Parts: sequence; structure tokens; C-alpha cells
Amino acid sequence: MSTAGYALTDSVTMLRRNLKRMLRYPSMTLMLIGLPVVFLLLFVYVFGGTLGDGLGAPTGGRAAYVDYVAPAIILMTVTAAVQGTAISVAMDMTEGIVARFRTMAIARVSVLTGHVIGSLIQTFLGLAVVIGIAVAVGFRPTAGVGGWFAAVGLLAAVTFALVWLSVALGLVSKSVETASNLPMPLTLLPFLSSGFVPTASMPAGLRWFAEYQPFTPVIEALRGLLTGAPVGADLPIALGWCAVIALGGYLWARRLYNRPAR
Amino acid sequence: MTTTSSPAIAVNGLRKSFGDKVVLDGLDLTVERGTVFALLGPNGAGKTTTVNILSTLLAPDAGTARIDGHDLATEPDAVRAAIGVTGQFSAVDNLLTGIENLRLMGDLHHLGRKESRRRADAMLERFGLVAAGARPAAGYSGGMRRRLDLAMTLMGDPKVVFLDEPTTGLDPRSRRDMWQMVGDLVADGLTVLLTTQYLEEADTLADRIAVLDHGHLVAEGTAAELKRRVPGGHIRLRFAALAELEAASRVLNGAVPDAETLTVRVPGEGSGRALRSMLDTLDRESVEVTELTVHTPDLDDVFLTLTAPTSSDGRQTDR
Repeated sequence: MSTAGYALTDSVTMLRRNLKRMLRYPSMTLMLIGLPVVFLLLFVYVFGGTLGDGLGAPTGGRAAYVDYVAPAIILMTVTAAVQGTAISVAMDMTEGIVARFRTMAIARVSVLTGHVIGSLIQTFLGLAVVIGIAVAVGFRPTAGVGGWFAAVGLLAAVTFALVWLSVALGLVSKSVETASNLPMPLTLLPFLSSGFVPTASMPAGLRWFAEYQPFTPVIEALRGLLTGAPVGADLPIALGWCAVIALGGYLWARRLYNRPAR
Repeated sequence: MTTTSSPAIAVNGLRKSFGDKVVLDGLDLTVERGTVFALLGPNGAGKTTTVNILSTLLAPDAGTARIDGHDLATEPDAVRAAIGVTGQFSAVDNLLTGIENLRLMGDLHHLGRKESRRRADAMLERFGLVAAGARPAAGYSGGMRRRLDLAMTLMGDPKVVFLDEPTTGLDPRSRRDMWQMVGDLVADGLTVLLTTQYLEEADTLADRIAVLDHGHLVAEGTAAELKRRVPGGHIRLRFAALAELEAASRVLNGAVPDAETLTVRVPGEGSGRALRSMLDTLDRESVEVTELTVHTPDLDDVFLTLTAPTSSDGRQTDR
């Protein structure tokens, strides 16, 4: 019996399982989408008026800040959603069902691909909701069809990379609690980027970090694609980071998953 | 390929260590088709490690094993297709319903939609889960969960089923139900390898029993054969004081004292003559017995006789 030939069938079966689990456990999806929405409202309505004036744009204030912060919030939707990936992978590992899968003649990788594709779908649902709310509070992207396609493609690449990283974080965690904490830096990193305020306003050391960490080119590229600002080198750098993180996450996850049980 | 004459499980010289801790030290086993084989042993004897190796979860350091005629090392997928495993910790998806769990197994065994549904319904019927089938497994009782677990294992029509401590943590009634189900498996022609630390369980279910201790097979045979190794059961004597306990264990042949409970175990069959001579001996030493009970031989005696005591009570074995 060939198990490699069943890789696709088994992955679809696992995906169906993961989607069912998401439907049964909607509070997690809601919580994951809720986090970026709360930050969006907080930054637009509480800080937005003042921060917008500091952007140096011809029209300051809240309206200018919504357009500035929306790409960071959109990225935050992804980092929050992949936290859910780590949690559900860790839940699987602690519940013993994965041990059962391992003793069955199925394509081994399907357990992981089911999680990855399920998380991609979950994240894109979250992105649709968050972008919708951002537009409702005044975000006015000026991108054309091409810009939107490119932005969605970039978001897919970012999500794919961070999901694989989170799968590895979920596998390396000994408990579900650890799994929910490990991806925390991913949620904080957008703050230390050009996402909320321009890096020019930061002190030297922080500014250096913010300019070279992976989320800054992602946010800059996303901002450029959605608002028609020049994208420049940010897009290729962002995609390069995605490739590196995706490959690293995948290899790490595969190694952890194939590690023998004790 | 599978030949009907080959044993269901054939294990040769299996070794496994974790770090410098030797868990399996050259294990040999043969399990004939259509039988129940029990691996009996205390915690840490290597039972679960054996199941993990035979179910392809863990690679052995040395040794070979063939399951349903397939070599574990070279044809792991053929082995996986032939086996079903119900582990110590139930492997059900808590967020899915009973039916969904069973159909998930059907899909992963590539049964096809119709056959998967048919078999899932049959399993619900067989394991008394029809009423609970549409509820998420998270709400199941321990016994229901174990039944669902076993039903999931059977969805793939395995030839060899591994049950790792299948009744640990179950109430007596659920345990009895599980025993009934294991009996049914063999009636269907399956081969069952079960691990247990309950002697009664091995006695009730198994055709053959292997006693495992510190990674060694210390005895193997039918329950009756094993019981014959400890001919007369034992007599348990309780004393009022430690001094009497010590005096008694000094004068009685083969006595095993337990200072904590102030009791002494003496191997013996409990015939009138043996008892009288024992009491006479104690009388001569002026040792007062506060309680005397006679234990007819059971697997407990086999177990305690065969499994090595830990070094801390080494003095007991000196006698």
C-alpha cells in the first residue's frame, strides 16, 4: 500500500477535521480576531488624533492615522491567528490523537498540512473581518485591483511562513499553556516596527532594530501596495523574509514531528 | 507476504534504552494468531515501551519484530496497515462527535464514504454508543471514551490489536464491559496483545501471559502454568509488635516480613498439618499471632515471586 499517494486525500481529511474543530470552538477564533480589532479601535480612537498629527503628512489627525496604522493591524491579525495554530497543534499533541495517527498507514505530513491549510483559511477569514472593520472606521485604501492582488499575495506568504513557524512552536511546547505564550513575541514585534509610528521618531538603538526586523519591510510593502505609496525594495525583502521563516519553520516542525515518542 | 502459518507477532531480542536507563533488555515474544497475549508487569517494567515499538511509534536499539508477517524495520507501513492501537491515554478527538471520530478513521483508512458510514454506524451499535454518537467526545464518561477509542481502532479492520492498559482508571462495571469486548475481538479472529498491571485482568482475558520485570521476561505461560510455579499460595500472619515479627521471620522458612503492616508472608498451601506445625514453631518461640489468613494461589503470588524486589528490601531476599 502506498501512503505517499494518499498525501493529498489525507491532507484534505485532516483539513476537514481542523475546520470542524474551529467550528466547535468558535470562542478561540473570536478571541484571535478580537485582539487586532481592539488594537485598531484603541489606536484609531484613543491615540489616533495625536499620533496622526505627528506623521508629518499634509492632513494630520485621526483620518491620516487610520491609513497609516491599518497595515500594522492587518499584520497583527496574522500574528494573532497563528497563535491559535500553535495552541491547536499543542492540543493535538497532548490529547494523544496524534499518537494514533502515527500508528496508522497515512501520509505522515498530512497531520501538519491539515493544520497549515486550516490556519490559512482561518487567518483569511480574520483578515476579511479586520479589513472590513478598518474600512468602517475610516481606512481608505487607494489600491487598484493589481495592488489588492499583490497585497493578498503578500499576506498569504506572510501567513504561510508564520503558520509553519507556529506549528513548530506548538510542537516544541510541552503544554497548551506554553504554546499560547511562545508566539507572544510575534504579537509584540509589530509595535517595534514602522507599523504604529515612523521609525525616524525612535531612539537610535530601537530605530536600528525596527528598521531591520522582518515586520517592517512587510508592513511598508503592505502599506505601499494598499495606499499607492512607493514599494521599492520592501516587497522583495519582505518576500525573502517570508521564504526564510517558512523554510525554517517547516524544517523545524518536520524535525520535531518526526522525533520519536518516549 | 502474509502467510497464515506465521505467528501474529514474533519478537526477537528487542532492546531499548533511554539515555543510560535500560528499558528493554533483550525481549523475545511469540504471539499466535487469534489469541490474547498479556504482558504483565509493574510500572516501569517496559510494557508501554514494548507496545510503542511494536506499533511503530518508537524505533528499537536492537532486535527484530515481525507483525502479521511484516518486518517492523523495513515495512513499517505494512505493519501500520495491519495493526490497531488503543493506548493508555485515550486517543479520541474531544471536539468531534463520536460519529465524526469514527468517520475520520474511516476516511484515513480510505474506506470510501459509503463504507465508512456503514462501518461507523455498525461500531456505534456494537459499542453501545448510538445515543451518544452525535455528541462531542469531550462529554463522554471514561468508559464511553474507552469504548469509542476501541471502536476507532477497529474501523480499519486490523489483524493485530494492541491494548495498552485498556482498563486503567475505569470503574469496575466499565472494566467488565471492556473485558467482554476484548473477548469478542478474539471471537472475530483478531490477535490481541494487551498490557496490564492487573493480574485478574490477565487471568480473565489472556491465553498466554508474559511477566515482564525491568525489561526482562521473567516467566511466560498460561495462567494455570504460572500458578503452578507457586504451589501452595501463602499464609499471612499479623503480629502485635515488631519484636514478634522479627522473631517469626527468623524461625519460619521463606518468610517475607513487612514491618509497615506488621505482617509476614510464608509460602505454603495452608493444609491443617502445615498450619499446625507453623503455629507450634511460633509457640516454642512464644510469639503471639494476632491474625492468620490463608491465601489460595493466584497470579499475585506468581507476580510477587517472579518480579525482583527493589534493592531497598534486599534483606528480604537474603532469607
